[in-house]
Amino acid sequence: MMENTELEFSQEAENVVEFDLDMDSHRNEYENIEFDDSDVEQYIKLQEESQIQHVRSVKEQAAEKKTHMSQKKKNTIINSIIHVLLVIMAVVWLLPFVFILFESFRVESTGPAGYIIPHKWGFDNYVRLFKETEFARWFLSTFLIGIFCAVVQTLFILAMSYALSRNRFKGRKFLMNLMLVLGMFPGFLTLILMYTLLEGWGLTGKNAPYGLAILYVASAGMGYYVCKGFFDTISHSLDEAAMVDGATKFQIFYKIIIPMSKPIIIYTILMGFMAPWGDFITASFMSNNDTRGFNVATGLQWLIGETRAGEYYTTFCAGGVVVALPITLLFMFLQKYYVAGVTGGAVKG
Amino acid sequence: MTYLDSLAYLKLSRWQKFIYKLQCFFVAIPRWFATKFKKLGRAFKNFGIKVANNFVDIWQTFKNGSWSTKVSFLVMGFGCFYHKQWLRGAVFLLLETVFILYMVLAGAYWLSLFGTLGTVEQGIKYEENPFRPGELRPVKVEGHDSFKILLYGLLTLFFIIALIYTWRLNVKQSRICDDITRSGKKIKSSKDDLKSLLDNDFHKTLLSLPVAGIVMFTVLPIIFMVLVAFTNYDSAHNGHSNLFTWVGFNNFNSVLTFGSGMQVAFGEILSWTLIWAFFATFSCYFLGMLVAIMINKKGIKIKKFWRTIFVMTIAVPQFISLLYISNLFATNGIVNAGLMKLGWISKPIKFWGDGTLAKIMVLVINVWVGIPYLMLITTGILMNIPADLYESARIDGANAFQQFAKITLPYMLFVTGPYLLTSFVGNINNFNVIYLLTRGGPFNASWGDVGGYVAGDTTILITWLFGITTNNSNYKMASVIGIMIFIVVSVLSLVVFTIMPANKREDDFS
Repeated sequence: MMENTELEFSQEAENVVEFDLDMDSHRNEYENIEFDDSDVEQYIKLQEESQIQHVRSVKEQAAEKKTHMSQKKKNTIINSIIHVLLVIMAVVWLLPFVFILFESFRVESTGPAGYIIPHKWGFDNYVRLFKETEFARWFLSTFLIGIFCAVVQTLFILAMSYALSRNRFKGRKFLMNLMLVLGMFPGFLTLILMYTLLEGWGLTGKNAPYGLAILYVASAGMGYYVCKGFFDTISHSLDEAAMVDGATKFQIFYKIIIPMSKPIIIYTILMGFMAPWGDFITASFMSNNDTRGFNVATGLQWLIGETRAGEYYTTFCAGGVVVALPITLLFMFLQKYYVAGVTGGAVKG
Repeated sequence: MTYLDSLAYLKLSRWQKFIYKLQCFFVAIPRWFATKFKKLGRAFKNFGIKVANNFVDIWQTFKNGSWSTKVSFLVMGFGCFYHKQWLRGAVFLLLETVFILYMVLAGAYWLSLFGTLGTVEQGIKYEENPFRPGELRPVKVEGHDSFKILLYGLLTLFFIIALIYTWRLNVKQSRICDDITRSGKKIKSSKDDLKSLLDNDFHKTLLSLPVAGIVMFTVLPIIFMVLVAFTNYDSAHNGHSNLFTWVGFNNFNSVLTFGSGMQVAFGEILSWTLIWAFFATFSCYFLGMLVAIMINKKGIKIKKFWRTIFVMTIAVPQFISLLYISNLFATNGIVNAGLMKLGWISKPIKFWGDGTLAKIMVLVINVWVGIPYLMLITTGILMNIPADLYESARIDGANAFQQFAKITLPYMLFVTGPYLLTSFVGNINNFNVIYLLTRGGPFNASWGDVGGYVAGDTTILITWLFGITTNNSNYKMASVIGIMIFIVVSVLSLVVFTIMPANKREDDFS
């Protein structure tokens, strides 16, 4: 009995953990389709028909071979066109990032210029970024918010997903529908009240990062869809087997579900960490134009806003590089989990 | 009309089939409404029955219950104490005490002002000086604060509803205890209760904190803002120095009255929002799918490399690339400079200065932003399409386009249908792309300046909402627009869900 469960467990785990950019392996999923008698009959009939059709003259076969050759030629041409297209697209997609990198090393002028390759190279912009602007402060606060969100948001989402996926309790449907409806309101609307409330607690303006951390985390439970979708795919027989062995629901959650959900947990952590870096609307509203309370998005936008572009344009480019580099590295490192989460989320809605 | 059986249907020509389907569609509409109304009626009826049953149940509990149950109608938790469920009893009693204290000390005050949102203005009042009779002296009057009254009044209503629910639970609990004692079984002890929080009631433990967060930081603010839409809360009536009050549907009227400045601006912005969301969603969807198909095609080399390049662009925070691109296409930006150097144009193109051009630019750049995501999503799903479908299609002589139209597209639409809806809704609220590229400009539209709310050609509802709130502090209009967005989104979702019920079409591909 025990052995059996363990076997199932490991098989299930393998299925779940296997995510990669090459998803060709999923093709095998359709091998196990069951047929009934009528299908088989139809299949035999079709085969007989096709056998009759396949008896052809030699001449016909030769003609087919010829078309096959031309088909192959056509295919090579199409493939080379696609390759050219892909190269062009890769250039278009990477160009802005190359530009921004070049411009961040420009020394001779600080405003927007009509060329890309600097006449004089140097790290001046990076030095200015940390010496003249409050970038270090913005970066640190965004980083800390990211860490905080990654931890707390993940806990919230896991709790929410497990509760909604594995338990059928009164009011479950109501709760899910409520969150669906709440999600249809623009999130910005709630900020008007939250700003006033947090202002009362002194968490706006220069203390905006604290307020932001609370705001991001407070409603994190509403982002449970992807994670719950994943939990739904974990076989219930595991739970039942554990329950027979006397495990409590807490133990099932802690000892079975969590270890099996590594990809989705990493995805949730990654999303929790990355979201604060890209948020503009909330951060801009909560800081209320106090530069001390900015995050990187509002800070860098401020650098090239209004009349400051002439002075800080290249500094902004340097800031962009400083922000993008660590995030991109982290992302590349964990991208297979991201792909798994995004694909799952899109299919489940 | 008469419905045909499947044999008769197959005999029809293609054109007749189309007509027949169209007829079926229109005939089905009234039936659809009828079933919806019937369902709604049934739902109301069920709800009424439920409420009535509750009252009957309460009455019977009181009539048949033991004396401890009867006392617990007044003193919450008494029944639990009587049956030695100390923990539950203590919680009930504590909640009741806190509630009564709150109502006496604050709740009643806020609730009494909730109907008017305050009557006493802040200011200075003159009264007789007690030390020098006959002389008047100025006294500062604190006045009411409409904002607080609205907020705390709402909170008090929340508390009252919560207490009614707890009271009902308390009555039920006492009755259950009675029943168990009567049948001679053992009642759960406090220790059992605590234990079950990690077992059978584990979901309650898990949900408590996240749901509390959602109620506090989402439900309450949203109800608050919906209420604000029915007041005149703006910079002139900020609630502290100038009270605001209920105005009914006035704010909605000013948006919906035909021909008024507000209505014209709203109409323009709403239609652009929908056009934007439509094109932004579907352009990214089809082009992203195309890229995925191209990379997936047999014979394409270094697939992983191409994918990685696109994935990399997702990693860079959007605001960096968007802000940078916005500057790239500025009048004195690199694109203009480069084109002039090449001699293709003689004076810079104002990419962000012309309404139509700005709209096109925003859409094109959104494609640049969106293709990598869609490429990622569709790659996985494309791999899942059974290869034998294509094989049999090829044997039947279908060309590449037919294969796409008859196999790939239906499959993709079926699988990613819900995603398309979320993505459409996401684009309606896509603040970043619009705001970081154009800030909603160019601001030279004839309808763009209504009552001080500046709007431009590329302004969508959410950026308008942002502008109205931050620049004008006009909270009442902001919440009206927020509600409008909600209505648009919910109607859309409802329509999509009824047109394409996922469970109905599930058999097609299994």
